[in-house]
Amino acid sequence: MIGADAIIKCLEAEGVEVVFGYPGVAICPFYNSILQSDIRTVLIRTEQNAAHAASGMARITGRPGVCAVTSGPGATNVITGIATAFADSIPLICITGQVDSELLGSDVFQEADITGAVESFVKYSYLVKNVQEIPRIFKEAFYIANSGRKGPVLIDIPIDVQNAAISRFSYPEEVSLRTYKPTVKGHAVQIKKVVKELEHAKRPIICAGGGVLLSGGKEELRSFAEKHRIPVVSTMMGIGVMPTEHPLYYGMVGNNGKAYANRAMNESDMLIMVGARVADRAVSQPDLITQNKVLVHIDVDPAEIGKNAGPTIPLVGDARNIFMDFAQQEFACEHEEWIEALDGYRSTMEKKRTPNPAYVDPAAFITRLSEKMQADGVYVADVGQNQIWSCGYHIVKEGKFLTSGGMGTMGYSIPAAMGAKLADMSKQVIAVCGDGSFQMSMMELATIRQHQIPVKIIVLKNNYLGMVREYQHYTYKDQYSVVDLSGSPDLEKLSAAYEIPFLRLENMEKAEEIIDAFLKEDKTMLLECLIDPMDLVK
Amino acid sequence: MKKIYSVLVENRSGVLCKVAGLFSRRCFNIDSLAVGETDDSAVSCMTIVSSGNERTIEQIEKQLNKKLDVIKVKTFDESRSISRELMLIKVKYNKTTRREIMEICEMMKADIVDMSKSQMMIQVCDIPEKTKLFIQMLASISIVEVARTGTLALPKCSESDT
Repeated sequence: MIGADAIIKCLEAEGVEVVFGYPGVAICPFYNSILQSDIRTVLIRTEQNAAHAASGMARITGRPGVCAVTSGPGATNVITGIATAFADSIPLICITGQVDSELLGSDVFQEADITGAVESFVKYSYLVKNVQEIPRIFKEAFYIANSGRKGPVLIDIPIDVQNAAISRFSYPEEVSLRTYKPTVKGHAVQIKKVVKELEHAKRPIICAGGGVLLSGGKEELRSFAEKHRIPVVSTMMGIGVMPTEHPLYYGMVGNNGKAYANRAMNESDMLIMVGARVADRAVSQPDLITQNKVLVHIDVDPAEIGKNAGPTIPLVGDARNIFMDFAQQEFACEHEEWIEALDGYRSTMEKKRTPNPAYVDPAAFITRLSEKMQADGVYVADVGQNQIWSCGYHIVKEGKFLTSGGMGTMGYSIPAAMGAKLADMSKQVIAVCGDGSFQMSMMELATIRQHQIPVKIIVLKNNYLGMVREYQHYTYKDQYSVVDLSGSPDLEKLSAAYEIPFLRLENMEKAEEIIDAFLKEDKTMLLECLIDPMDLVK
Repeated sequence: MKKIYSVLVENRSGVLCKVAGLFSRRCFNIDSLAVGETDDSAVSCMTIVSSGNERTIEQIEKQLNKKLDVIKVKTFDESRSISRELMLIKVKYNKTTRREIMEICEMMKADIVDMSKSQMMIQVCDIPEKTKLFIQMLASISIVEVARTGTLALPKCSESDT
């Protein structure tokens, strides 16, 4: 048995079913050994998307997604995907081939110091120098990636280590890391303090972030909110913690969120921030959430607590565990007036759009689409105006909403949707992108075709990099610079080239029948929606 | 506000780079940094002196703790620690300055560790303020070169076991 065989054994032991990647000489021993395994390989068309696809898969399975690429440019190309996963705390295992360990540091062909380059975007990285270490390193890597605050782990393996004979393979049962013991259980004293404050709070609110979903604690949060009638808002990454139409849910906060959600958060006298970073897009003025209110900050990463806003009650732990502990606490609280006020805000503060009837209204379209989607379908939003419309108008029922929230990486939706679909073929998976973001990953149409991954793609086409155009509209008084997307391909012809069925929606008149046709079968289809180029999210 | 961080790390290649990279990426200051093996050869101790406001000081400790190669972080004030810095300083001398240099060394408890006909090397081991003062004292007598270790520090002895 050689190192490469051992790597495959490790992946099998971890229950890995799919590896996304792109080979090159330095990772060839790995790709040769994987032929002997039942693990499915998917040849992605650019390495960045291997990480996005693995990320999409991880967000469905709750286990680390795996990608494997070659050294040098293969490794550097994957960095944006790793950074995207890191920003949203998505567990990934990224395997990179490396040049012969004897040649490390001599700048030979396709050598890149990838562990050095990704240092600030990974939770941890390894450079494997001894083949005997492979089982231990993989065991540790999977544990690190998927525990505490989750995130990507990179394993760089020189080709000679992949080819070296390994005397005895045994996959460790346990991990022993003296430097890594994440606190996942909330401190009992702090939990009591929160409950005590809740008893007195007149206007409490929970702000749920992506950490709630990562911990698998959405049911626990939901039942706690329901039992004590506590209103809930969410960050972008927290969309899906509550069904959109849940009576206690008041939408997404932040500068791209709902005005009534922000008002609710600001007027609360007790804010329970859970699994959220208090980053600038969600909370533009952290001072506002600490003034005149009790701020409880729950996070599994102690460094997030107090980083941007100093909480009254810090509570380190896994969101699911903590809400399970909250459920054990008997207390009563009463704030129906507050809920009435919030219901009033929600019914009166929704922004009225004035859509141009000559085009598809993205807001109405997305709402109609999500009503017709399967209840547990997966909606993958890209980045740009399409993302903000998706956040604002997609109705989550029991499904998942995936997007690149922290990094805002354009081109995320198609590869992430591929990963999500391969994670669970029974789910309906739809990627919604703009014409800019589509062109950042349209090469993956070939992957979709080759590997028969039935994801559905919607392109909201407005011939502009809409989000930047909107910024230039407000900031530079319509002085547009480098946002015109003229030259984009004819999507009908492009779809034909990949033998992907194509639909076009020009305005809202035929929306019903086109959406029905688009969703009818579990097959790949591309739907182009023509959007008013001057449409704005704000 | 000045703080001393005594950071126990795994003695592996790349760890210094990770810790230093953390400081630069998050815009934390490093006033001085000293690294060396501890009694356990698998563990190194980094003594980092940094400054910043309260939130920064707290973040530094938290971010250091997040690094998987960091075993333990101890944070303390100068007043609660014993700190030392080792300095080697090479100076030019002549008949007229020789006596003066020797007097300064005597007063500052510094040792002359090497000598030629025109140069001498002095070793100073003291708190960082004193080493700084020593440089000032000799500044007028022509310093050739200076090497300093940066601050080393440990919290003062306590009655408890840890």
